[in-house]
Amino acid sequence: MTIDLWYAIVGSIIVALSVFAFLTSRHLMKKLLAFNIMGSGVFLIMVGLPQHQHGVDPVPQALVLTGIVVAVSATALALVILRRYVRAGGNPAP
Amino acid sequence: MSRSLRIAAAGIVAFGTLYALILAVLNAPQMQVNLPQQVALNLEQSGIDHPITAVLLNFRSYDTLLEVAVLLVAVVTGLALRERDALTAHTEQARDPMLHALTRRLLPLLLITSVYILWSGSYAPGGAFQAGALVAAAGVIARLAGYDIASRADVLLRLGLALGFILFLTVAVSAMFGGRPFLNYPEGWAGSLIFLIEAVLTFSIGLTLISLFVHAPGDSSPRGGDDDD
Amino acid sequence: MIVFDILLGIGLILAASGVFLSAQLFRSVVLFVVFGLLLAITWTRLQAPDLALAEAAIGAGLTGVLFLDTLGTLRKAKHKRHRKKETHS
Repeated sequence: MTIDLWYAIVGSIIVALSVFAFLTSRHLMKKLLAFNIMGSGVFLIMVGLPQHQHGVDPVPQALVLTGIVVAVSATALALVILRRYVRAGGNPAP
Repeated sequence: MSRSLRIAAAGIVAFGTLYALILAVLNAPQMQVNLPQQVALNLEQSGIDHPITAVLLNFRSYDTLLEVAVLLVAVVTGLALRERDALTAHTEQARDPMLHALTRRLLPLLLITSVYILWSGSYAPGGAFQAGALVAAAGVIARLAGYDIASRADVLLRLGLALGFILFLTVAVSAMFGGRPFLNYPEGWAGSLIFLIEAVLTFSIGLTLISLFVHAPGDSSPRGGDDDD
Repeated sequence: MIVFDILLGIGLILAASGVFLSAQLFRSVVLFVVFGLLLAITWTRLQAPDLALAEAAIGAGLTGVLFLDTLGTLRKAKHKRHRKKETHS
């Protein structure tokens, strides 16, 4: 077992954990944290699995790089919507 | 009762996900195409010496173009949700003198580092995204220290947000006038065009992340949390 | 070196479960930043220095700041709501 495969397995465990947390947590911000960590787990699988087969692979690394930037902008947008919701009188932990 | 039911259901779903993922990872089929080899073979023509930058801005530049479009859509939505009265000039105030002095010395350093990372992207790890993130970090630090850059230059901000996407699209389309396919750089110009696109993208990505932070509704001050108002 | 990888993987899983299990949101966010830093080390172990750079700047830095800032706003809104309730009753 190479370290790349090991990190791919760690990534799948993290994805499963965050699926559980996403479904059970009540606070909206915690759901968002779980969603972010789920994305990181997917990135780990995406880089680890191809590198296990062919060695260092720039293509998935480049795709994950765009993925990280898109994830942070999506998180920022979600937080803007959350803040707007709270300001309008919503309860973040229904 | 419904809560424990919910936890049980979530547990079943999570275990199913874990089982399927581990099974998929362990029994993954061999890839037919050897991607690293393909990249190494074509690296000469891309005009860039660093494989990841070459993949991002030459081989798979379509993805990067659409990613910039996604960022633009996100920031437009964020700006649409902002509040008109949230930011005014009087939020800028002299605070902690120590913080003030430290920020003044830190900001130029951060900007220089981001320019270096942008420049090194053509032959070593680095590039537009990391440099853009550093620019955004500089902007966030400035905002936390009490400088209000965003409301000083509102028009410039809006232009800067769209500039990266516009330039990228212009380069992509202008290739079609010469009879080449979409997003194909002219020979010999690839390296310098990619660097130009990267430089503008750095600026736009940094501004996008800054304005998503600065224009968020509510009290943006980090000290607003525990202080009573 | 294999011991380091195993420890790092376990650390990632523990940090992630710490984010989900802690009762306080503030602690969750801090553990999320810790998770981002561990992930940055992981990318260097996977020989992806570009990703490590991006993750250290974005995953650990920017996202953490965004979450902490929002947390402050949420607390303030909660204070206000409580005060309103007290004055009404």
